[in-house]
Amino acid sequence: MKMNGGLGPEAPSCAARFRVTGAGRAPGLLLVLLLSGPAFAVADPKEMLPDPQQEARAEAIGSQLRCLVCQNESIEDSNADMAKDLRAIVRQRVVAGTTDQQVIDWMVARYGNFVRLKPPLMLSTALLWATPALGLLLGGLAAWWGRRRAVEQGGPAPLTAAEQARLRELTGAE
Amino acid sequence: MLAPLGLAAAAGLAFWKMLDRMAAGKFDPHALDNPLVGKQVPDFSLTGLGKAKGFGAADLKQAAAAKPVLVNFYASWCIPCAEEADILASLAAEGIPIWAVAYKDTEAASGEFLNRYGNPYARIANDAAGRVAIDWGVYGVPESFLIDRSGIVRWHLAGPLTEDSVRSELRPALRAIA
Amino acid sequence: MIPELGNFALALGCCLALAQGFIGIYGAWRRDSRLMAATPGLAIGQFLALAASAAALAWAATHDDFSVLNIVQNSAAAKPLLYKITGTWGNHEGSILLWGLVLAICGAAVALAGGNLPTALRARVLGVLGGTSCGFLLFALTTSNPFARIWPPAADGQGMNPLLQDPGLAFHPPILYTGYVGFAVPFAFAVAALLEGRIDAAWGRWVRPWALVSWCFLTCGIALGSWWAYYELGWGGYWFWDPVENASLMPWLTGTALVHSAIVVEKRESLKIWTVLLAIGTFSLSLSGTFLVRSGILNSVHAFASDPARGIFILALLALVIGGSLLLFALRAPRLASGGIFAPISREGAIVLNNILLCSICAVVVVGTMYPPFCDLLLGEKISVGAPFFNAAVLPLAIPVFAAMAVGPLLPWKRARLWPVVQHAWWAALIAVVIAGACSIGMKILPALAFGLSAWLILGSFAEVVERTLLFRAPVASSFRRARGLPVAVLGAAIAHAGMGVTVAGLAGASLSTQKIVSAKVGDSFQSGGYEWTLMRLEDVDGPNYSSRMATIYVKQDGVPLTLMYPSRRTFPLQHQTTYDVAISTNFLRDLYAVLGEERDGAAVLRLHVNVLAPWIWLGAGFMALGGALSLADRRLRVGAPSRARVAVPA
Repeated sequence: MKMNGGLGPEAPSCAARFRVTGAGRAPGLLLVLLLSGPAFAVADPKEMLPDPQQEARAEAIGSQLRCLVCQNESIEDSNADMAKDLRAIVRQRVVAGTTDQQVIDWMVARYGNFVRLKPPLMLSTALLWATPALGLLLGGLAAWWGRRRAVEQGGPAPLTAAEQARLRELTGAE
Repeated sequence: MLAPLGLAAAAGLAFWKMLDRMAAGKFDPHALDNPLVGKQVPDFSLTGLGKAKGFGAADLKQAAAAKPVLVNFYASWCIPCAEEADILASLAAEGIPIWAVAYKDTEAASGEFLNRYGNPYARIANDAAGRVAIDWGVYGVPESFLIDRSGIVRWHLAGPLTEDSVRSELRPALRAIA
Repeated sequence: MIPELGNFALALGCCLALAQGFIGIYGAWRRDSRLMAATPGLAIGQFLALAASAAALAWAATHDDFSVLNIVQNSAAAKPLLYKITGTWGNHEGSILLWGLVLAICGAAVALAGGNLPTALRARVLGVLGGTSCGFLLFALTTSNPFARIWPPAADGQGMNPLLQDPGLAFHPPILYTGYVGFAVPFAFAVAALLEGRIDAAWGRWVRPWALVSWCFLTCGIALGSWWAYYELGWGGYWFWDPVENASLMPWLTGTALVHSAIVVEKRESLKIWTVLLAIGTFSLSLSGTFLVRSGILNSVHAFASDPARGIFILALLALVIGGSLLLFALRAPRLASGGIFAPISREGAIVLNNILLCSICAVVVVGTMYPPFCDLLLGEKISVGAPFFNAAVLPLAIPVFAAMAVGPLLPWKRARLWPVVQHAWWAALIAVVIAGACSIGMKILPALAFGLSAWLILGSFAEVVERTLLFRAPVASSFRRARGLPVAVLGAAIAHAGMGVTVAGLAGASLSTQKIVSAKVGDSFQSGGYEWTLMRLEDVDGPNYSSRMATIYVKQDGVPLTLMYPSRRTFPLQHQTTYDVAISTNFLRDLYAVLGEERDGAAVLRLHVNVLAPWIWLGAGFMALGGALSLADRRLRVGAPSRARVAVPA
């Protein structure tokens, strides 16, 4: 893994992050980007496209693309030098009139599917995309199984006198 | 009722395997694959940095047809680049042609860097804007690529060359295309 | 000397925890009343030892004892006193100690408040807590000792990450950890119940308050963390689906499910096996989340990848705690009697639906977070899973939760019909549809839907209150009398559910927010979001351990002066780091949010946001926690259970 120095000439915020993490000084807190310098993306107003619609499109595309030298940040959110370059390329291509998918494909051709924050549906990500449906399916099955088990056990077992007294106590005044 | 235990056990086993391989240095969750490996070098053309001779895809393919070329992206402001300087020098001394792409660098800074750490490069192309590097899928410096006789990228390393990676990766790759 | 005492106290705490674990389990197994009676004392002793240990670390930090490695790495003489103290838990070693301390506090609380529990159950619960605690203290002692010394001592510390120098973040870990670790108590109850082989309504009644307290803390902890990200990171974001955030979301989701399913156990003696599994699962996710995030496997900022050995220790510990409890579950759960049957449409049915959906969301978060390393390991493919995936996958599951949330509490237990519910809540649905319709004119479909759902949640949540107090139908005085007679828990649930609605509205508000990035010279004015922003001044200001560059921005609306804002950029020389101090001016309907960026050629980059409804995101979380706390105050939760305890489990 490339550490400090390998990221960009103007030591971007991400580099600081690598440095600290590399030194084993990760704090024990449970919050995102704790060590990240505050990313201050699109820090330069000149970077933005003059046409607000094109700029919005570029931002939408950029937020789907991962900043390669950062941890789980899109190129829109990152202040890293590399992210800045990629942002500029996205904007150039948006102005040139390419489709969103073409811009993403252009990035994938260079950096692989790693660059996509939303992985495409393919064999290796089938399980990932199936998770919501699988969760519902398994949950439904468990509920059905639990109900069948309860019915098989004869439904609400006849309460003993002591249990009935307890039940009255439990449900209280209701 | 065994399902939760089974799931947890499978996850635990996979985690153990990852940690084990991480400790052995065989698994780096942070490393990246470069899709260029197995493909033709992308088209580009760059001028030289300072007095050095630049090159483009055509020059590179032509030279590689005679003898496989190691392409090295470096920058004078990059600390790990200095770390691999000795290894690059010894590879150059063996007669392996090393062509460099200076990433976002200036002539003055690069000249000083090469004076200090030695110049193992046969040619140095100037990628001041860093756009060619992006076409190569480079996401930081240093990165090295091995180009075979037919102009195909055979091997890639993101990060500095080390004795270990030269022995276990670069040399087998060189032997395979020799 | 003091750090040595701290180290000794830590070791003592570990020994007491071991004794507590062994004596608790063994004593209850042997039915030895003398052994069982010893466990509360051991739990309190463990707490005192760890409190002393934490105090020793705080002493070392406040007295700048730079012979302690942890202090050298994370503190500095120039650091403000408050942050010297809070900094003790802002690093790996200290946070493990805090973990242990909170776990010991939970044990002591069970020991003190559990006087009415059956002796055997209490001994088992304390035993499980003690055993778990012992494992983590052992981890602290062997691999992450906060009291490790260095020789020769350093002249000054290296200082902590400047981003941590913030009041919001200083108190974030204790609150979050209380949430995480608090779920150890329901976990211990679940394991104890499996050991005993029976669960009844009384068990549900004991577990629920503990689960609720932890849930409230976790809710506050997550909200505080996201609020910190919002005002400290400086680009208006508050949730990034980072593995570290996801780690806190997972137990929150299953914990929310647990808080609900425990009601069913308590009221209907149903869903017992499921509730036990949830209690085990929630704490397992707390553990895995906090610890595996630090193993270096996940592509997160917090990885301490440098040390896979620590990861192996953690993994072994997790295998013991999680694997052991799940094995016990597999062996014992089939023997638990199932309870009352209920129709699919009923209060129980609604809670089952809520549980399925929440757990599915949790599954998405777990799988999404873990997928990249697993995919890499098993298939050799590098992929990323980030915010766009989570948004796409979670949304279809979250919408039905929101839609059903308002209806659930209106359904009677056991068997229900939907028609009466429609009669009670039609007005809320109507208003919600009107709002969604009105919004859809000027907005995209999703935000409009979100605003409609939010109205539905807020209004629908109070439909039960309206119904039970006969509001608008009976005279106000009579409604008020009925309201006072209302169980506090009903009000608590309504407030918590409405709180979710408030949060949803806050999230949807993002679609109305505007931002502008400008390059400004002193005196320049800009129009953005309906406000006029003028850069009045740029000046240097010095802080205790940083120097700062501060801008003064004058904001006017329609020519009327509104406020002055002071965003600044702080440079910490010791850490060579710059942080952005955001200026926020809120009226609770929108935040004016200004950030001062870099300066070039006399012009400063300013980022000016108008974040519509943004404060509602955290306001809603506050309501959720408040609702949970109100439910806790319900006298039905506090009384009743003890008297039947002795009948329930003759020990």
